[in-house]
Amino acid sequence: MQPVYMDHGATTPVHPEVVKAMVETMEKSFGNPSSVHAFGREARKLLDEARASVASLMGASPEQIIFTSGGTEADNMAIFGAARGMRLKGKGNHIITSAVEHHAVLDACKALEKEGFEVTILPVDEDGQVHVEELEKALRDDTVLVTIMHANNEVGTIQPIQELARLAKARGAVFHTDAVQSFGKIPVDVNELGVDLLSASAHKIYGPKGVGCLYIAKGVKLTPLSYGGSQERRRRPGTENLPGIVGFGKAALISQAEMQAEAERLTRYRDRLIDGLMELPHVKLNGHRTNRLPQNVNLSFHFIEGESLLLMLDMKGIAASSGSACTSGSLDPSHVLLAMGLSHEIAHGSLRLTLGRGNSEEDVDYILNTIPEIVERLRALSPLYEGKEAVTSCTQRR
Amino acid sequence: MYTEKVMEHFANPRNVGEIEEASGVGEVGNASCGDIMRISIQVEDNIIKDIKFKTFGCGAAIATSSVCTELVKGKSIDEALELTNQAVADALGGLPPAKMHCSNLAAEALHEAIADYKAKQGKE
Repeated sequence: MQPVYMDHGATTPVHPEVVKAMVETMEKSFGNPSSVHAFGREARKLLDEARASVASLMGASPEQIIFTSGGTEADNMAIFGAARGMRLKGKGNHIITSAVEHHAVLDACKALEKEGFEVTILPVDEDGQVHVEELEKALRDDTVLVTIMHANNEVGTIQPIQELARLAKARGAVFHTDAVQSFGKIPVDVNELGVDLLSASAHKIYGPKGVGCLYIAKGVKLTPLSYGGSQERRRRPGTENLPGIVGFGKAALISQAEMQAEAERLTRYRDRLIDGLMELPHVKLNGHRTNRLPQNVNLSFHFIEGESLLLMLDMKGIAASSGSACTSGSLDPSHVLLAMGLSHEIAHGSLRLTLGRGNSEEDVDYILNTIPEIVERLRALSPLYEGKEAVTSCTQRR
Repeated sequence: MYTEKVMEHFANPRNVGEIEEASGVGEVGNASCGDIMRISIQVEDNIIKDIKFKTFGCGAAIATSSVCTELVKGKSIDEALELTNQAVADALGGLPPAKMHCSNLAAEALHEAIADYKAKQGKE
């Protein structure tokens, strides 16, 4: 049984060329980039090159990139930094975000509520999309920060960032977007999007874990989260994680070269999976049908629970994820699916397949052949499924 | 996160289904929590002759239902009433802490089924 990894939204395998670049860095370029001597200069050169590669993939200048320990730190740096910085300048204490953000954003905003900030959480429609009119209604004179993700990690829905950012900035607010899922997968250009702050992560694009970055537009002031040396223009002090950063740079270079062809290939797989699995009875697509990331498939299978589905898939060598409570680490299923109006029951039965570089047409065939029997097996166990069998056979006959 | 015993019961659940004209049926949980267990029993001479379950829920929910049916099949009603959720979990070699509360309801479903059986007896 050939294992099929379809959980690239969680993390990706590190590209062999990235591994090579990182090992070389550790073996040959151990110097501290802040040192004056040749060892330091060599390390500094690698740091600069990586920064240029990451910047280039988002249309930014190298000096606008601050390396962090990952997407979560970048989100926190952006949200705490901008909100506190703006309040210090007396601009206000109102923050706007959306109901489908990653917890790195939602929980940072919640923490700011305890510091006296007011937070407005924008609703989304049934496809998980934030509407520009909702932002228009929520913006106030004292709004200092708007943070809305580029593409959703669970359902892949892409937000109208360009319009949202234009609106927020016209009212004097700083605009941040978490682009962890979209960066390196679809075109992400900070100037086109018009954002002030953008978070990205290396391990979602075949780079290493523990490294990410925050793009900071010129003129945007952030209060730092930590204090120390002069690294990263004092915005993120501490000796740089050079092997990780070099790996990030390499991953960004590879993504830039392969992104377009890869997006087309994965979109084809995605659509085959969605169309194929939607033929089963009592299945619902979560997220927008077309305005979604090329690599994302998210479906709810009625009458069954997500963790059971994941365990059965795992026994068949298929790695996927779910928005069920058992996998969310709380008693409630995914806040994203609930915000989209799904009932608890349907949200518990969600399955996310996220495609990536290693996947082939055969993987798609295997999944399309495997899921129906697993779903049927679990439905046969389910007390909720009674009386639905008749509907099933009708659909199958058709 | 799960023991081998849990995975074995999950992969090959025992006594799946529903007894037609059961002596008693018990159902606990609700779909919004993500767990529903329904247990039906057939009782003869105070002995659980047959028992079947249907469960909507996670791996732990399915495995606890399965092992619970196995533990009480052929036992007397009094013996079955002594079965606790903890004993069900122990029979599986333990459950992850997070699963003890929400997905370990099989003994409760069984007790409900016995209560249903007793209520029906009382009416006859």
